[in-house]
Amino acid sequence: MRIDRRLFLQLSALAGGGLALNLYRAPHAAAQRPDAPPDLTPQSFIHIAPDGIVTIMARASESGQGMRNMLPMLIAEELDVDWKDVRVKQAELDEKKYGTQFSGGSANTPEGWEPMRRVGAAGRQLLIAAAAQTWGVPVAECSTDSGRVLHAASGGPSQPASGGVVPVASARVLHAASGRSAGYGELAAKAAALPPPKLSTVKLKDPKEYRIIGHSQPGVDTHSIVTGKPLFGIDVTLPGMLYASIERCPVFAGRVKSANLDEIKALPGVRQALVIDGGITPAALTPWEPGMEAGVAIVADTWWQAQQARKQLKVDWDLGPAVSQSSQSFAAKAADLLKAPPAKTLRNYDDVDAALKSSAKVVEATYEYPFIAHVTLEPQGATAHWKDGKLEMWSTSTLPGNGRGLVAKTLGIQESDITTHMVRSGGSFGRRLQNDYLAETAWIAKRVDAPVKLLWSREDDVAHDPFRPGGTVGLKGGLDAQGKLTAWRHHFVTYGDQKQSTSGGGIGRDAYPAGFPPSYALYTSAQPLTQRTGALRAPGDNAYCWVAQSFLDELAAAAGRDPLEFQLELLSNKQAPWKSDGEDAVGDHEPTGPSVLIPERYKGVLELVAEKSGWAKRSKEPGRGIGIAAWFCHLGYFAEVAEVSVDANNKVTVHRVWAAGDVGSQIINPAAAESMAQGGIMEGMGHLAQEITFADGRVQQSNFHNHPLMRMRQAPKIEVYWRKTDYAPTGLGEPTLPPILPAVTNAIFAATGKRIRTLPLQKSGFSWA
Amino acid sequence: MALQLTINGVDKTVDVSPDTPLLWALRDVLNYKGTKYGCGMGLCGACTVHLDGKATRSCITRVSAAEGKAITTIEGLSADGSHPVQIAWEAMDVPQCGYCQAGQIMSAAALLAHTPHPTDAEIDTAMSGNLCRCGTYTRIRQAIHEAAGAVTTASK
Repeated sequence: MRIDRRLFLQLSALAGGGLALNLYRAPHAAAQRPDAPPDLTPQSFIHIAPDGIVTIMARASESGQGMRNMLPMLIAEELDVDWKDVRVKQAELDEKKYGTQFSGGSANTPEGWEPMRRVGAAGRQLLIAAAAQTWGVPVAECSTDSGRVLHAASGGPSQPASGGVVPVASARVLHAASGRSAGYGELAAKAAALPPPKLSTVKLKDPKEYRIIGHSQPGVDTHSIVTGKPLFGIDVTLPGMLYASIERCPVFAGRVKSANLDEIKALPGVRQALVIDGGITPAALTPWEPGMEAGVAIVADTWWQAQQARKQLKVDWDLGPAVSQSSQSFAAKAADLLKAPPAKTLRNYDDVDAALKSSAKVVEATYEYPFIAHVTLEPQGATAHWKDGKLEMWSTSTLPGNGRGLVAKTLGIQESDITTHMVRSGGSFGRRLQNDYLAETAWIAKRVDAPVKLLWSREDDVAHDPFRPGGTVGLKGGLDAQGKLTAWRHHFVTYGDQKQSTSGGGIGRDAYPAGFPPSYALYTSAQPLTQRTGALRAPGDNAYCWVAQSFLDELAAAAGRDPLEFQLELLSNKQAPWKSDGEDAVGDHEPTGPSVLIPERYKGVLELVAEKSGWAKRSKEPGRGIGIAAWFCHLGYFAEVAEVSVDANNKVTVHRVWAAGDVGSQIINPAAAESMAQGGIMEGMGHLAQEITFADGRVQQSNFHNHPLMRMRQAPKIEVYWRKTDYAPTGLGEPTLPPILPAVTNAIFAATGKRIRTLPLQKSGFSWA
Repeated sequence: MALQLTINGVDKTVDVSPDTPLLWALRDVLNYKGTKYGCGMGLCGACTVHLDGKATRSCITRVSAAEGKAITTIEGLSADGSHPVQIAWEAMDVPQCGYCQAGQIMSAAALLAHTPHPTDAEIDTAMSGNLCRCGTYTRIRQAIHEAAGAVTTASK
């Protein structure tokens, strides 16, 4: 499968957490790439009906991040129409026409901010040109107003450019002096036939003129959602459709030796039973080409019948090499690696060991966090129809181009023989970047003479997730006699081989606090893993933030200092350049701003959250505590404060959370942004109590009772504040999440004096109330 | 085996094994797709419907147990989204991915039917069986208060 450089960068970033920072290329840089897509055209995205109703294509997949609002809002603003006159339509997969249709890495805002506005402005320019031609007046004399073109020079009374259609929408072009104006609907056909301008040449609005951007626009699908319309992947229904369920090998990368297929085929409703040989890369280090897991697919008239038939399956499995894997063996190996000299040095400046030796005080700690699963509320699944050598597919993938490539490879057909409809999904959080379930669906569809819907059960979804990998981190920090940080030694034990870490288990060379302590080293070691892993919302950062911000809090406590003041001091004394300060970063400074941490922004959100939470005046009473943490990832800065109480049985209640975010100059859809931040915080709280464990190669969790999500009664009050800065807007799906984990565990420390160095909370003797 | 069901006030016949969960009879046989599958164990609430007005997890309810009862699904809560809970959900723009929201709305509507002005504690009790993976609980709570016509600001 072809992976272009841009996608490769995105994927590397998703896999590596801290590496996420160098991939948002400025449009001018993108245009210079040999593989750059053709210029986007307004005709691809904007369709205006004679009555003036504007249909805008949403190019990105939607799994709850609000992309079906955000990207069309950018177009509508510059097109100069009223949002009430806009209808949003989901684009099918066609990246030549729409540009990237990938949703992940909080990339849609920085990647879409400039081009989508320019598409809208180019559309407006074409409508003005069409009006000017019609009226025989100079373009420069025309303006627009809510979707009408106006002509400013002298002339007769207002005349429609074409008769017969009564516009329902108010958008028009104006020629003020002549008083002539024309609705966009009247001009659309003419405008669509004109050659589109180069996007780089069009003029954009002054942000002060925004009427859509910066104003909350309710979700375009909200009415359909609250009335139960069939919007989701699981809801796709085709005439004569059959349903599939797969019993996969309980151990990753195992094989089927034999199965009682004939007995299964005789069961009620069962139409087909098929052995999937699978084709897993044993090391499972190439998740972007996830082979199918081995198993038995059962196709029936209803999904329930397929599920019932699974219970009658007798499979003789070859469990393969991963059967010896267990959480115990992983922990033992990690402990050995932590004691041994590190395998790799990512950063090392100013002789950290000498600095530790000469420090007045040395704090040493080991942090551990587990594998966890994505558990999107809609389990994985897809629908496909194979007919006459071509495949039609209904996909919830957030990386749909890659999905089509994987399916083509799996079926041995050309990508051009595949049509992909992009369907809303019930959550992704990184899960739907991996297209294993699309390959499964297509593979089954090719062997069944009917459309097929595959649906994973919740148990399938928990056990066969591409997990967020666990990790173990050995830390040493030095303090001088004044309680200032002198040295930071960080040894991260992850999974992988000599060449690469498993997906989601890498760490960037500039992982915070790199560059700030006077002496610093970042080392990694890795143990082998035969298990698929992947990006989970804020990949890498969702774990490293907890480790780094917990240890900073620990160092501040050892120094007898306020953790906020301790961190602000650290941020004020950058000691060494980031590795990516060099050549890598050139070209990244426009329009999304520098892709490396800017201390002033980091400090800014810390100061804002401290102010809003009343940090300086926080009360100190037994059993109740407040914790603070901040993080920079995916170009966004968030600081969060949590207020918790802990009862006599170590049951933890989070009462209130304050969040302060800096994602640049503009919050595009404010109500949705606030909701996204609150959701990131709820998810991060959920991570604190989740754990996937392995025994004899098998995953020991199966459903929400043993891999829990937060519930209503555990949801705190969450206040979100924005710090607007001059940088171009960036995304906030990911950066909202990481700080809440250490904010809560630091608050538990403040309440109880007990430092949580092992997750989940239960392993440290705590649990949610 | 043919079973007689009353769904959203309409009599329906469904020919499935009587131990089929109501959820799958609704979704895959009768084509009511608004009711969602999330866990199959009554742990997440995405499949919540009303049986004689009571919030019920359809994934663990045999279709035979729903015979003779009034089944209400999200499609039948109102003809056009005009139930006060649906209006409040839309006004607060509660959903993110939206997958859990039909179940959340059915639980909230059942709560308000017998507790017209619930406290936060009553909301906690009634709604804690409905998981939202996106974490929209703040807005769900606000929307329930909005629907009740009395926004309480008391924090926990």
